Amino acid sequence: MTTMHTQYRLRRMLAAALAGSLLAAGNVAASGGGALADHAGVDVSNVASLQRGARNFVNYCMGCHSAQYVRYNRLGQDLGISEKQLVDNLMFAAQKPTETMTIAMRPADAARWFGTAPPDLSLIARNRGADYLFNFLRGFYLDPARPSGVNNVMLPNTAMPHVLAELQGVREAVFAEEGSEGATHTVFHEFRTVAPGRLGAEEYDQFVRDIVNFLVYIGEPIQLERQRLGLAVLAFLLVFGILSYLLKKEIWKDVR
Amino acid sequence: MSGARTEAAAGNGRMAQLIGWIDERFPLTSLIREHATEYYAAKNFNAWYVFGVLAMVVLVIQLVTGIFLTMNYKPSAEDAFASVEYIMRDVQWGWLIRYMHSTGASAFFIVVYLHMFRAMLYGSYKNPRELLWLIGMVIYMALMAEGFFGYLLPWGQMSYWGAQVIVSLFGAVPGVGADLVEWIRGDYFISDITLNRFFALHVIAVPLVLVMLVVMHIMALHETGSLNPDGIEIKQHKDSRGIPLDGIAFHPYYTAKDLVAIVIFLALFAAVVFFAPEMGGYFLEHANFEPASMLKTPEHIAPVWYFTPFYAILRSVPSKGWGAFLMVAAIVLLFFLPWLDRCRVKSIRYRGWTYKLALSVFAVSFVALGYLGLQPATEKIFVYAARLFSALYFAFFLLMPFYTRAEKTRPVPERVKYHAAE
Repeated sequence: MTTMHTQYRLRRMLAAALAGSLLAAGNVAASGGGALADHAGVDVSNVASLQRGARNFVNYCMGCHSAQYVRYNRLGQDLGISEKQLVDNLMFAAQKPTETMTIAMRPADAARWFGTAPPDLSLIARNRGADYLFNFLRGFYLDPARPSGVNNVMLPNTAMPHVLAELQGVREAVFAEEGSEGATHTVFHEFRTVAPGRLGAEEYDQFVRDIVNFLVYIGEPIQLERQRLGLAVLAFLLVFGILSYLLKKEIWKDVR
Repeated sequence: MSGARTEAAAGNGRMAQLIGWIDERFPLTSLIREHATEYYAAKNFNAWYVFGVLAMVVLVIQLVTGIFLTMNYKPSAEDAFASVEYIMRDVQWGWLIRYMHSTGASAFFIVVYLHMFRAMLYGSYKNPRELLWLIGMVIYMALMAEGFFGYLLPWGQMSYWGAQVIVSLFGAVPGVGADLVEWIRGDYFISDITLNRFFALHVIAVPLVLVMLVVMHIMALHETGSLNPDGIEIKQHKDSRGIPLDGIAFHPYYTAKDLVAIVIFLALFAAVVFFAPEMGGYFLEHANFEPASMLKTPEHIAPVWYFTPFYAILRSVPSKGWGAFLMVAAIVLLFFLPWLDRCRVKSIRYRGWTYKLALSVFAVSFVALGYLGLQPATEKIFVYAARLFSALYFAFFLLMPFYTRAEKTRPVPERVKYHAAE
């Protein structure tokens, strides 16, 4: 419900913004993608960030995107969230904590509404990388040619609407022509704010960073435990290695 | 005191009795003697000689982790991708077993490539070890098949499209190409049917062949005896008991030495498994974290790194038919190595500069082709580089009879060189 409401508000905002800036929007060509190259700077050991990311994810992403391999209670365990807190704050549909983060929207319906079904996000961070996701969520700009009213400099002609527009605000992109005559191409130059959002630029970046951090975590929930165990394994192998070397030396001492 | 000693003696007696009982029915003691305690290897093995035993260690890792993976993996187009994630998230220790298996696949090729290069350094393929080399080459081909079939199983985008590209290569076979491709896939495209048969081949057919070939490889090795970095046949100098003067028993000497090598290998292996299981996208490709979709071709399809030298050769030729032919030729030529090399001296230590140069060029070409096979084929410079290194790769083999015949070698010593550590 929350998400639908968000989207409704978003669409109204976009409509207003569009009406006010038809001149400025003009005819904007899509860039080649990958226009932003900022570092996400996520840290999966930052539990507070992961908790905020989980909250942001269920409120803003899960209307359309599932994380069908992620179990709620695993999330609770790893992020220090009690089962009651899980049920009260993160699980909006009537589900059990042992279930995975699925959504009600059917892929076939979604494909009809958006043109393509929103992908499951369980592994999106391992697929695309944290930096890409960070820049993608910061790369939306007004484009009246698109059905959603927005385009994205990281993924031109994305089917995804700017769900976070109420937070980031509405922006337009300025493109520049680059190259010598005959071989020019359009490249992204900068964003210009059309209508500010609820969050400042840095707050918005942190909001997105928390989501991306969460996505990196759900990509491989075991990752911290894996590294911890790895140190123990290497420590054991070091000791075993020294012992085996001493054994070899002892056995080989009569080889001349 | 004396009571305890008698007890121990009685225990030994019972043990000896048991072994005696077995020996009358199964050649246990004689097998252990023949292949371990009385198998003599030259005492001057260097670090290049550990990759055979490491390949066996990896084989065991792959077999054991593979068995556990099949307990939760579901070989169907519908469930395969999800079942792998189930293993990664919900199966106890599943992530470790899966990472060991995926890292093991790459580790297998690393140790096998180094093992093969060792043979080229010290002439391990030469008379009387030609069959040993040929069996090894068949193992290598079986390993490539195993890696290829296994890569489809996670049913990610790269699994799907990599298989699509490699299977379509069989279409280059004149006359029956198209039918052959359809026969391999069992369908008009890579489908659930293909996944099922690749699973069958990956978990039983090829491993069975691999294990049998490894046994044959070791039997052939122990028949001729291991060579050494000096390329000298140690059996030519024996003592009065018939033991090679330069030989030491495999057990305990080389079991102890190999154990050190195994631990070092396991440390490197663990470093990857625990700290970089994707290995920057080379061991587990990023695109493979997206489920297979036949409607969506990935931007850049490249096979896994261990196939890329041959893939680069394939791509360096504009014609698909000739490219495929050259790719197969690049592997087949390796089989003929024992007969292409006309030099009588085995070890590179005593061979002429021509072979040293040729082998260096070959090694550089192979690595360079491996790198180029990973790059998108859009850059002109990469295409020309791939052509150059392909030419050098083939020149190494095709010119070998000429540059090895007239090779200026150095005199080979009678006995191996060995300096005991102080």
